[in-house]
Amino acid sequence: MMKGNEAIGEAAIVAGCRCFFGYPITPQNELPEYMARRLPEVGGVFVQAESEVAAINMVYGAAAAGARAMTSSSSPGVSLKQEGISYLSACELPCVVVNMVRGGPGLGGIQPAQSDYFQATRGGGHGDYRTLVYGAASVQELVDLTIEAFDAADRYRNPVLLLADGILGQMMEPAVFPDSPPLPPPAKPWAVTGASGRPRNLINSLILQPDMLEAHNWRLMEKFRQIEEREVRWEEDQLDDAELVVVAYGTTARVVRAALGAARREGLKVGLLRPITLWPFPAQPLRRLKRARAVLTVEMSTGQMVEDVRLAVEGRLPVQFYGRTGGVVPTPREVLARIKEIAGELAQEAGGRK
Amino acid sequence: MKQVFGRPRVLNDVVMHYCPGCHHGVIHRLIGEVVDELGIAERTIGIAPVGCSVLAYNYFNLDFVQAAHGRAPAVATGIKRALPDRVVFTYQGDGDLAAIGTAEVVHAAMRSERITVVFVNNAVFGMTSGQMAPTTLVGQKTTTTPWGRDARVHGHPLRVAEMLAALYGPAYIARVSVHTPAQVMKAKKCLEKAFRTQLEDRGFSMVEFVSNCPTNWGLSPLDSVRWLEENMLKYYPLGEFKLPEEVA
Amino acid sequence: MTREFLLAGFGGQGVMSLGMVLTYAGMLEGRQVSWMPSYGPEQRGGTANCSVIISTEPIGCPVVTEPDVLVAMNPPSWERFCGAVRPGGLAVVNSSMVKVSRAREDIRLTQIPATSLAEGLGNLRMANMVVLGALVGLTGVVGMDSVKKALDKVFPGREHLVAANRAALDKGLAWVTGGAAAGAAG
Repeated sequence: MMKGNEAIGEAAIVAGCRCFFGYPITPQNELPEYMARRLPEVGGVFVQAESEVAAINMVYGAAAAGARAMTSSSSPGVSLKQEGISYLSACELPCVVVNMVRGGPGLGGIQPAQSDYFQATRGGGHGDYRTLVYGAASVQELVDLTIEAFDAADRYRNPVLLLADGILGQMMEPAVFPDSPPLPPPAKPWAVTGASGRPRNLINSLILQPDMLEAHNWRLMEKFRQIEEREVRWEEDQLDDAELVVVAYGTTARVVRAALGAARREGLKVGLLRPITLWPFPAQPLRRLKRARAVLTVEMSTGQMVEDVRLAVEGRLPVQFYGRTGGVVPTPREVLARIKEIAGELAQEAGGRK
Repeated sequence: MKQVFGRPRVLNDVVMHYCPGCHHGVIHRLIGEVVDELGIAERTIGIAPVGCSVLAYNYFNLDFVQAAHGRAPAVATGIKRALPDRVVFTYQGDGDLAAIGTAEVVHAAMRSERITVVFVNNAVFGMTSGQMAPTTLVGQKTTTTPWGRDARVHGHPLRVAEMLAALYGPAYIARVSVHTPAQVMKAKKCLEKAFRTQLEDRGFSMVEFVSNCPTNWGLSPLDSVRWLEENMLKYYPLGEFKLPEEVA
Repeated sequence: MTREFLLAGFGGQGVMSLGMVLTYAGMLEGRQVSWMPSYGPEQRGGTANCSVIISTEPIGCPVVTEPDVLVAMNPPSWERFCGAVRPGGLAVVNSSMVKVSRAREDIRLTQIPATSLAEGLGNLRMANMVVLGALVGLTGVVGMDSVKKALDKVFPGREHLVAANRAALDKGLAWVTGGAAAGAAG
């Protein structure tokens, strides 16, 4: 059994990450603390940076040198890292960034939230780019997705974000670690290691000619399109006969799952779609729903993912929203009440049609 | 016939974009000569800043990384920590290093990162067309201090070499200039010491070049050298501010 | 079946490790488990609490807001959480410190002088294990064997404490079962 934050650290080490750069912020401190203890044991490097800005730029340097590198933070700190994430994506450098999201905006609070969804799924920094974003819902999934994140980052040469929150970071659950990553890290002939026996390598995102920058951006876009095609992931729970489909990710999906059991026991046909990748967003399962008559999005925000849900259903289904924000975690009871309310409206509509 | 003068091997045979009379070209050449003479080209990685020298990567035939404004010491830290046996240097102007990147260079120095910082101080933001830099002299006119830098409004210029030399972390800190042949020779010696400091794993090293900007100073190259000598060197004295004992 | 615990006390009373041992014991018995601390900006003092869920089903939200079982080690914990206990649930109160003034009719209440019992064993800090022993007897959610095995997982390298912890567990169990089980479980 391990705390979520520590499990991410151990999983990163299993994945071959040997460079970690961080800066203290609650609620993710157990992760850099774990790396500070563990990395020296495996010949790795931990540096506590002077800021989140410096930390992400150290990641940029280590990634440029060909290392599997990682940083972690929480919402205000991740805002500071956006400059570096934009540069990493522009230069096609792989890395993994963990955001243990807390309530915002501003300094906000330190309790769980999902209000960085827009920032995470829309690139986050300046310019035309996206990052693959995973939203974990258990300690085991933090382990599995951390390892996959390093793999995907190298495969696409792009930063990968792992989103969770203080609950997942602080909680302990049993988790199983593989002995090694599924794939060995690929060769990186583009890395700057000293131009010995080869032409020199250059890592650069300054492209002053508009036509060349445009071509570069379209090439990146093609890569992002491939990510959309290949990497989208989700979990379905009782969607087949569901008349009401709840969409929720991470901690919120756990809350919804608890409510779902109660709703089913009361005979309500409710199912859960849990996005595992937040970008790319799993629109497909929402587009092929057969019996659904309404969708309910539950988030720890004032409504961010709900926009992707609306884009996915393209107006064919009514999309409702239930959110708690600022660090308040919705309870299964609240979610159940909302489910019953919508189910009641659906029943009334059905009755009205007869 | 014996060749007595030539282009350093690690400098590319291209025309530099720097303005006539600008010292960047000379400083590039000195780096090229030192890297050549130390025989470290194949394991050297350079980091280019944002500013006039943003295109430095075009002039060196070395592995290079372009960094965000001010972040070069953090990027250098990441590279050096991942590849400790490589030689890593940053090339930064005063806007980059002494304004937006002050935290990065101070903390890299404090951690005694085994990197070499080449800091070019010409008292002005050059690439963005001559705004005030942290190193702009009191009274000096720039596009954002049209009546001259007023210490009450804009504060006093930052002496980076002295500031870093006050830290425990750095091993070698020097301030040089390249405005006369004699100073060029001295500057090269200091630059070599800085690289040696890194090669011998002694700690952080920085060489500050007091430099010129004829274009944004609004002076001819020759007048800019005179102005440098009469004004810059008074506030930015040359010399070695910190030495590792064995290198000294 | 799902049992949700909320374990509360002041810092130093060992409610976090109480929760961890309970959670590990559940894991050793093949159940789904989660342990979740409350966390806040304070580093010292104040009340600490943790949520533990032991279930045969996958666990939903790991934060327990309506516990089946509440452990209150000090007065503020009791005041704050006594109203949260699910009707029909159980509250275990450290009566060495907590004076229960208004009891709820719809929950079971067990008052155990955990601090005094621990003091009798020669170590105040074992009050948490006394309570855990009592929980084993009162809820049967995990067996004493599993709890004792879990001690090694939670306190690796602190074997010198294992004997004392075991004695405290037995003391708590004996207190709620009238002493009969203590010898058998040891």
